[in-house]
Amino acid sequence: MTQAILREIIAYANRANPYPLYEELRKTPVSQDGDGPYVVSTYYEIHSLLHDPRISSDAKNLKATGDDPLGSQSDEEGTTLPPSFLKLDPPDHDRLRRMTNRPFGPPHAPHRVHDMRDELGGLVTGLIDGIVETGQLDRIDLVDQFAYPFPVTVICRLLGVPREDEPRFHVWAETLAASLDPDPDADPTQHGKGSMDARMELGMYLAGLIEERRKKPGDDMLSQLATADGPDGAMTTMEALSTSALLLIAGHETTVNLITNGMLTLLRHPDVLQRLRDDPDLAVPIVEELLRYEPPVQLLPQRTTLSDVEVAGVTIPKGASVWLMLASGNRDPKRFEDPDRFDPDRKDIQHLGLGSGIHSCFGAPLARQEAQLALSELARRLENPRLLEDPPQYRQNAVLRGPRHLPIACDGIRP
Amino acid sequence: MRDGSLEHLKREGRIVVVGASLAGLRAAETMREKGFAGSLTMIGDEPYEPYDRPPLSKQVLLGNAVADHTALPRRRAIDADWRLGVPATGLDMAARRVRLGNGDEVEYDRLLIATGVRARPWPNAEEGALQGVFVLRTRDDGEGLQRALAAGPRRVLVIGAGFTGSEIASACRERGLDVTVAERGEAPLVGALGGVIGEVAAGMHRENGVDLRTGVMVTSLESDPSGRVRAAHLSDGSTVEAEVVVVSLGAQRNTEWLAGSGLGAGPRGIACDAGCRAFDVRGIVTDDIYVAGDVARSPHALFGYQFLSLEHWGNAVAQADTAAHNMLSESTDRRPHLWVPAFWSSQFGVNIKSVGVPPMGTEIMITQGSLAERRFAAVYGYQGRMIAAVTFDNCRWLPFYEQQIESTAPFPPPFSTVDRRSDGIKPLPADFPDPSVPTHGPTITLSGYSPADRKMTFTPGR
Repeated sequence: MTQAILREIIAYANRANPYPLYEELRKTPVSQDGDGPYVVSTYYEIHSLLHDPRISSDAKNLKATGDDPLGSQSDEEGTTLPPSFLKLDPPDHDRLRRMTNRPFGPPHAPHRVHDMRDELGGLVTGLIDGIVETGQLDRIDLVDQFAYPFPVTVICRLLGVPREDEPRFHVWAETLAASLDPDPDADPTQHGKGSMDARMELGMYLAGLIEERRKKPGDDMLSQLATADGPDGAMTTMEALSTSALLLIAGHETTVNLITNGMLTLLRHPDVLQRLRDDPDLAVPIVEELLRYEPPVQLLPQRTTLSDVEVAGVTIPKGASVWLMLASGNRDPKRFEDPDRFDPDRKDIQHLGLGSGIHSCFGAPLARQEAQLALSELARRLENPRLLEDPPQYRQNAVLRGPRHLPIACDGIRP
Repeated sequence: MRDGSLEHLKREGRIVVVGASLAGLRAAETMREKGFAGSLTMIGDEPYEPYDRPPLSKQVLLGNAVADHTALPRRRAIDADWRLGVPATGLDMAARRVRLGNGDEVEYDRLLIATGVRARPWPNAEEGALQGVFVLRTRDDGEGLQRALAAGPRRVLVIGAGFTGSEIASACRERGLDVTVAERGEAPLVGALGGVIGEVAAGMHRENGVDLRTGVMVTSLESDPSGRVRAAHLSDGSTVEAEVVVVSLGAQRNTEWLAGSGLGAGPRGIACDAGCRAFDVRGIVTDDIYVAGDVARSPHALFGYQFLSLEHWGNAVAQADTAAHNMLSESTDRRPHLWVPAFWSSQFGVNIKSVGVPPMGTEIMITQGSLAERRFAAVYGYQGRMIAAVTFDNCRWLPFYEQQIESTAPFPPPFSTVDRRSDGIKPLPADFPDPSVPTHGPTITLSGYSPADRKMTFTPGR
C-alpha cells in the first residue's frame, strides 16, 4: 500500500503535484511495506527524528538491502571519494562541517554571506538585463535564462571555480544530483556506474584547482579549505575534495529550484506577487513560506537506525532505512493550519524545508539571500508576467524537485 | 466568571505589572495580543525600559555591545503607563492596591508580579561598597564593570564560579586580563551540573589561563587608603591582589516588598499554582494575583509536583505568556505552565546548554562525544529515569533529550547513538555537592511541597 504510494511519488508522472500523495501517506505517519524503507511523513515525527542521535546518516550502518524493491541508491561514494559530511555522523561530520564553516559563517566569518549582497544584486541585474537584450519577451525560460545561471555563478565565485568551466562540471553535477534520485525504472548498475564516473571526474577536476590554490591562495573558499589550519588542523586532500564537490553540487542543484518554484508559485498567486512588487521586504516571509510550501529538497532518503526506535507507535528496527518526507511534514495539518494554502503572513513557520538538526542546510543563509534578491527583483522588473505552461515541465528528480523549464512571457522589463 | 465580568475586565479593567523586565514585558504584550483594552501599568525599579540581561555577562563585557543598546525587541506596542525608576514597596491585597516608593498607590483588578531576582551582595556591606567591587545583574552593573575592565586592571578576582562568574572570567581572559576565580565548591558549575561536568569546566578555566582556586572561600576584602579594593584574603590563608573584584554568588528573590502582605512570598520566591496564580500565606490560591519569571516558584508535574524556581530566560518568556493568557481567561480555558527547564551559557568559546533538572540527578552518562574534547552530550539519571541532559558544543541534539525527559525515559538509556565513545560505556556518579553547603547558587531550585514556604524565616534584606 505505502510502497505503492511511494512508487507513485517517485514516478515522474506525478512530479508536478505530489502533494495529494503526501496527504495519503500521512494517514500512516510511519509506514513500511515489504522490505522497503520506513517512510515518515508527519511533521512532529520527522522533526524528532532529525534530532535523534539513534539515527545515522552513514550508509555503513544500513543493513544490506539486496531485495529492496525500490533499489535504494548504491553507495557509489566509497570507491572514489570518501563520503562528504552530508553522509557522515559525528565526530567526522562535526569536524568537517566546522572546518568548512570557518571561512563561511559565524563565529569566524560572520559577514561573508552578507558581504556578498552587492555582488549578488549585480548578478541579478545583469541576468535580467540579459533577458531584455534578447528582445524576446513573449517566451522567456526563467530556468535557463535566470534561475540556473544565478546560483551557479554565485557558488563558482564563492568557491573560486572558474565560471567558464561550467559546461564541464554541469554534466557531472547533474549526474550526481540524479544519483540521489531513487528512480525505480533506471538500471541500477548503469545508474551507479554513471555517478561513479561523474564523481571521479569532478574529483579530478577539483583536485587540479585545489592544487593551484595551495600554491597560490586567493580569498575564495577552495583556497581557504585547502590551506586551513584552525584548531581542527587541515583537511586531507580527499576531504577537501569531497567537501568542495558537495558544496558545488548543493549550490548548483537546490537554489535553482527554490527560485523557480518561487516564481511559479508567485505567478499562481498574483496578489502576493503584487504585494512583493510594492514591498520588497516581503521577500523574507515569502521565501520562508516557499521553503514550507514548495521545498527544493522534498525528502531525505538516506538515514539509518542504530537501535530499535519507536516512532508514532511503530518500532523501526535497528539497521533499517528511514526516509524523512520533509515536503509532506511541511503540509501536515497537525502542524500548520490550512497547510495547502500559500500564505506568507503565517506567524508560526518552523518549516522543514532546510532540514533541522546537525545536517540542516549548510548553505541556508546564502540560499535565503539569493532567493530573496532574485524574487524581489523579478517582481519589481517584470511587467505583467504570466505563465505560458502550467504545470511546466519538471526535472526527473523527485528529491531535488523543480521545473526543468519555466516558460513565461511579460509585456516589458523595467530598468 | 460567566457573568460577563471577564468581558468587562478585558474592555476596561486595570492590570498592573510589577517588574518591567523580560517576563513583565512579554506578559504585557500577550495581554494586548489577546485583546486586553483596559489600562496597563508597568512598574519597574530601574529607570530603563525592559532590556535583555544575557548579553551583560558576554558581549557587553567584551566591549562588543553597549549596555544601553540591549533594549528588548518589542513584539508589539503595549500602550502602557510606565512607572519606571520607582520600586513597588507594598501590597494591600484586600484593597487591591500596590504602594510605590514615591508614596503613590496604583489600584488593580489583576496584578502580575514579575519582580525577578537581584545579585546576592557581598555579605560584608562595608567591603561590598569599596570602589572596584562589583556585582553583575543590571545594565548599570554591566556598564560599570565593562568600564573597569576596559581600564586594564592588573588582576580581576571573581568570587563564585557559577554560570555568571565563569562567563565573567571568560570575558576577562578574552580581553587579555589576568583573572583569579575563587570557588567554594570543588569545581566551577558544580552546583548546577555536578562534579563530572565541573571537572570539564575547571579544565576550560585553566587551559584559558584562569587562576582557578577551588574549595576556598574569600573571607575578607581589603582596601587601600582611598577606599579602593586592593586585595582579598582567602580561607586557605592566601591573599590575592586585585583591582577589580566581582561578587558572583547567585541571586536573591525580590520579595521583601511583599512582607506582611499575606501573599505566600519568601526568600525562595512567590509560590503559585501551575496556572501562575499566587498562593497566599495560608496556602489558598488567589484569583487576581499572578506570578511569572525568576521570582515564581511553581509545582512541576515532571518533578513530583515539587515547587521549582528557575532563573532562566526561556522560562520567563513561557511563564509570562501563560500567566497573561490565564489572567484573561475563564477558568476552564486556563493553561498550565509545563516548561521543561532549559538554559544556555557561553564561555571560553564553548556553548553549554541544558534541559531538565540536573541537580536532581544521581548519575550521569556521556551518551555522545567525549569529555576530553569538550564536545559531548550527557544525560542525568534519577531513580532509573532520565531527569536532565547537558551538551557542550552539541546543542542540536538537545530536543531529543528533552523529549526523552518529558516521556520519563529510562536511565541508563538502553540505546546506542551516533558518536558513542569510551566515555559512554557506563554511567558515573553525577557528583553533586551536598545541597546544604552553599556554593555559587544553582539556577534551578527544588523547594519542596509547601506553597506557604513556612519553613523559612522571613527577614527583610534591606
